Amino acid sequence: MQVLLSGLATGSIYALVAIGFTLVWQAAQTVNFAQGEFVMLPAFFVLAGVSFFGLPLWAALLLGLVASIVVLGILFKKLIVEPILPHGGITLIIATMALGILLKESVKEFYSAEAQPFASLVQSAHVDVLGAVLSLQDLVNLAISLTIVVLLTLFLNRTRTGRCMQATAQNPAVAEILGVNVKRMILYTFIINAALAALASFLITPIYLAKFSNGETLGLIAFIAAIVGGFNQIRGALVGGLLIGVLDNLTAAYVTAEYRAALPLVLLIAIILLRPQGIMGTSEGRTV
Amino acid sequence: MYRALLLSLSTALLMTAGAASAQETVKLGMVAELSGAGAPAGTNWRDGIKIAVEEINAEGGILQKKIELTEYDTQTDPQVSRALVQKAIDGGAYVILGTIYSGSTLVNMLVAQQNSVPQFVGSEAPNIVEKGNPFVFRTSSGAQKGVPALTPYFKDTLKAKKVAVAWVNNEFGKGGRNVFIEEMKNAGIEVIADVPSEQAQTDYAADVAKLKQANPDAVFVYMNQEESARFLIEGKKQSLAMPLVGEVTLTEAKVIELAGGAAEGAIAHVGVTATATDVPGIGAFSKKFEETFKRKPTHDAIKGYVGAWTTKYVTELVGEFDGEAFSEKMHGLCLKVADHPKILLDTCWDDRGEMSRPSFMVQVKNGAPVVIGTVPAN
Repeated sequence: MQVLLSGLATGSIYALVAIGFTLVWQAAQTVNFAQGEFVMLPAFFVLAGVSFFGLPLWAALLLGLVASIVVLGILFKKLIVEPILPHGGITLIIATMALGILLKESVKEFYSAEAQPFASLVQSAHVDVLGAVLSLQDLVNLAISLTIVVLLTLFLNRTRTGRCMQATAQNPAVAEILGVNVKRMILYTFIINAALAALASFLITPIYLAKFSNGETLGLIAFIAAIVGGFNQIRGALVGGLLIGVLDNLTAAYVTAEYRAALPLVLLIAIILLRPQGIMGTSEGRTV
Repeated sequence: MYRALLLSLSTALLMTAGAASAQETVKLGMVAELSGAGAPAGTNWRDGIKIAVEEINAEGGILQKKIELTEYDTQTDPQVSRALVQKAIDGGAYVILGTIYSGSTLVNMLVAQQNSVPQFVGSEAPNIVEKGNPFVFRTSSGAQKGVPALTPYFKDTLKAKKVAVAWVNNEFGKGGRNVFIEEMKNAGIEVIADVPSEQAQTDYAADVAKLKQANPDAVFVYMNQEESARFLIEGKKQSLAMPLVGEVTLTEAKVIELAGGAAEGAIAHVGVTATATDVPGIGAFSKKFEETFKRKPTHDAIKGYVGAWTTKYVTELVGEFDGEAFSEKMHGLCLKVADHPKILLDTCWDDRGEMSRPSFMVQVKNGAPVVIGTVPAN
């Protein structure tokens, strides 16, 4: 049960990152290959808040969230996506790869290549559930991630702004004719992506430790999760993330630890061969 | 005419100055993991060497020549390390100091051997000294010496009947794991779980769950620093209750810093530890290191320090800068603290470059490693 829970907890964090891939795809028709670094960076904003400004953890987390929204949301859109997008999706993909390298190397330069400790939001404790001893941190991580996904889905489906964002994703030209402020909706999408990345960062870094290279694996797994689940559906990213998290843990615990890193890739190949649109994806249209 | 004369004079002066400088210094090539997964080990190794070089130069250098230390960052990549050892030798290095990661050392030590350049390494994989390379020398005991020192602890102190081993799947980890399993077999202790993990692995949930399910009396943890910290964090998260015992890295300052409270109670056998401040040389080194770098030294810092000082002592015993004579002298050599105080502990090297010296058992208590016992040289 603990293996399953740990898999779900890690998988839910993968899902948050994978949703970011989906959102950026919907908003800018591109794949953000710096998404892993978008998760790595907020933890260092928090560390800067604690060590340079002497802030308490809660204030540093708030600072990290705001800094992430500004740098990874607003500035990313204004300085990279907007100027490069007219030159084509491929150009933007390459630009995001370059951005990923820049973020990684900058953190390495500023904080050194060594890992840094990162305080956990939850005290280390365990809970007895049906005779199984479960980690409280895993339970809280899972609960926070799932709550955020549910709230995001409700926001997109039940609010006027959410529906405008969906209209913008499906057909920006028609949405504009219907009076939707397309530019603002796209900006909201980038801000949500940055906030999700920051949240994933705050949840996963206490376990992974803060390190410049954290985004490499996270970005790749979340990208695969998004494809496995269905790149054009938020619920697909959720399913993909949870599936990879659980399968990874079950494989490492009961099958082979040596080849666990290959599992997401095997899953990716199987999905591409059997259901190219992903488990929950649709082969037509785009929605957020 | 005047300009030409001035130019000739300047060139001649510069060449003379360059030649004089070359004669007054001896080059040491420090090749280490300054970035990548091995950075915690490599940076400590480097800083220990820096302190030694400063002290040696303050005492007049080696055979009246000041040390010129050049740093090379392997990025924890074995192939890069091989190229950098060659680069250091091409640059005139008399001795190579590094690398730490066994996977790198196994690749780059052939380069030093082919060039007859002595090499002090921080690596602990058993096979490093089993290759018949006469130019490689350890700065700490290999796993085949260090891990057996733990056997009495498992058998007599913990009274373990069944144990588990969690190890990192690289040259370092494989070496330690193999020796441990053999030792336990000889001691009549059953190994009921054998859990490998990958270098730079971040998620240890499945590994710890597997260990919990096996429920051994104790777990032997043999991983590099960051991996050890992540393992301890996950162990605490999942309330892994049995004693966690390691060799060297598990109780290092960097691991404790990263793991925080999760490191509490961890036990390890360490070849040398900065917390053994009762040993005068180690106490003085630790104090100087903390004053200089504003952090506590790890055993890698002491290994680098000892490597640099051994270079001086042995060169002066040989009486000249000759790599082959140096290596010959090293085999079967014992350096006593009474005569060579900066060696820190009485130390011997055998005919394969393996070293032996007294060692320590430590346990993390209140956020710091505390010496709980000593182990005689084996």
